Amino acid sequence: MNWRKYIIPPTALIAILIIGWYFVAKISGLNSFILPSPINVIQAGWETRDLLLSAIGTTLLATGIGLVLAIIAGIGIATIIDFWPLARRALYPILVVSQTIQILAIAPILIIWFGFGLMPTIVIVVLFCFFPLAISTADGLISTDPDLIALLRAMGANRRQIWRMVRMPSALPAFFSGLRLAVTYSIVAATIGEWVGGSQGLGLYMLRSKNSLATDQVFVAMLITSLLSIGLFITVYIIERLVMPWYHSKQRKEQWDDTGIY
Amino acid sequence: MNIPRIEFKQISKTFSGTDHTVPALDDISFKVMPGEFVTLIGPSGSGKSTLFNLCVGLLEPGKGEILIDGEKPKKRPGLVGYMPQRDLLLPWRKVLDNVLIPLEVQGLPQKESRQRALEILPYFGLEGFENEYPSALSGGMRQRAALLRTWLMGRSTLLLDEPFGALDALTRKELQNWLLKVWQEFERTVMFITHDVEEAVYLADRVIVLSARPGRIKTELKINLPRPRRQSMIADPAFGKLEKELLQELGVDA
Repeated sequence: MNWRKYIIPPTALIAILIIGWYFVAKISGLNSFILPSPINVIQAGWETRDLLLSAIGTTLLATGIGLVLAIIAGIGIATIIDFWPLARRALYPILVVSQTIQILAIAPILIIWFGFGLMPTIVIVVLFCFFPLAISTADGLISTDPDLIALLRAMGANRRQIWRMVRMPSALPAFFSGLRLAVTYSIVAATIGEWVGGSQGLGLYMLRSKNSLATDQVFVAMLITSLLSIGLFITVYIIERLVMPWYHSKQRKEQWDDTGIY
Repeated sequence: MNIPRIEFKQISKTFSGTDHTVPALDDISFKVMPGEFVTLIGPSGSGKSTLFNLCVGLLEPGKGEILIDGEKPKKRPGLVGYMPQRDLLLPWRKVLDNVLIPLEVQGLPQKESRQRALEILPYFGLEGFENEYPSALSGGMRQRAALLRTWLMGRSTLLLDEPFGALDALTRKELQNWLLKVWQEFERTVMFITHDVEEAVYLADRVIVLSARPGRIKTELKINLPRPRRQSMIADPAFGKLEKELLQELGVDA
């Protein structure tokens, strides 16, 4: 990959934005609790580093557990939908409705049910993340080329073999698209849970900073949340490339380039 | 040697849609003897692929029965080798793992299967490509890989549905010669669908001509050209005569 083509433009743009931010903060003369400059933010982060590190650990733990559960739930729901047409008709609308429910309203209820531990946060991460996983995996499963299934059947393959050799691999690209969406939401979901629960993690750090008008620390938390989300996204991208080398093969990319769409 | 590999007995098949039915095949009866190379030719919609789908058990006939090696099997899938029009290689499997699919389906031990595949790979011109993904192969090689996959099912009868239809003329001729070579060397029985009159005559011992919808057997043509066939035979008057006869039967040459 031509890294210059993909790394330099976003980096340059971000640098320009940060410099612009610095000058606005400087020239406007706004108090730092209204608009802290980038330097204030870095200082604030350094000063609270011990607190931050343990908050990051807690948030990542809740996110990780939540993601694993969401993946299990997403694949499970997709499989049920796929095997059983009645379940598709019954479940699909409910899945969509589940995404319209106000997490902010549910969160306090979850705390009443599960207490102030990690549990409510994990549940919120699952609620946020299972949906893109379930929908994309179900779509991936149904997008299997019927001719491939016919070929396997003609060879005498049973349902399980067809599932393993054709349907699951066919669904992988869509599953990973869903996973990339899910991990991008996951950190934000966890911090929302923590904020509402007010018990621990980056969400609590944010809440406390806000309450004490430490705007620079709120910015620190935002920055770290973003970095963690990007980190997770990249991790999934790398896993995706390792699991599906055929999908990211050179030839496939060249075929796309040949289409002239880009 | 007198038991036909495949025997169609009065096969009829009708497809029913929501508001109309389409007759695909009507009263088809013929036999394919061991070691024979039979080509099926007919206009689009004459039910050639349907005939194959019936034979491999993807469809059930409306009337009639299909005998394989003289018996009426309870389940037909897996009994004959089948290659559909598209190569249908799995993009996520390397060439070797693609051609091993039928052996995996049959539940054979992996190590022996790989050994068997690697031994036969050179005959199919795929040596050195076993660890490539299908996307790295040319059209001709993909077709050869698909054929090897069919081959490794280990069945004595192969049904090939327009395997060379999408290839350029030169690659096509090359693969025709090569197919005849492996067919003779390994003594298989082949049924081969084509739209191409020249190809039908060049490959076959016998050409079966189907009519337009519903598919009926219009005529059978014995091809008594000597084997091994060579592309230069296409220029022979005898070859031209057979082609002309076929074209007339197909109603293309008025």
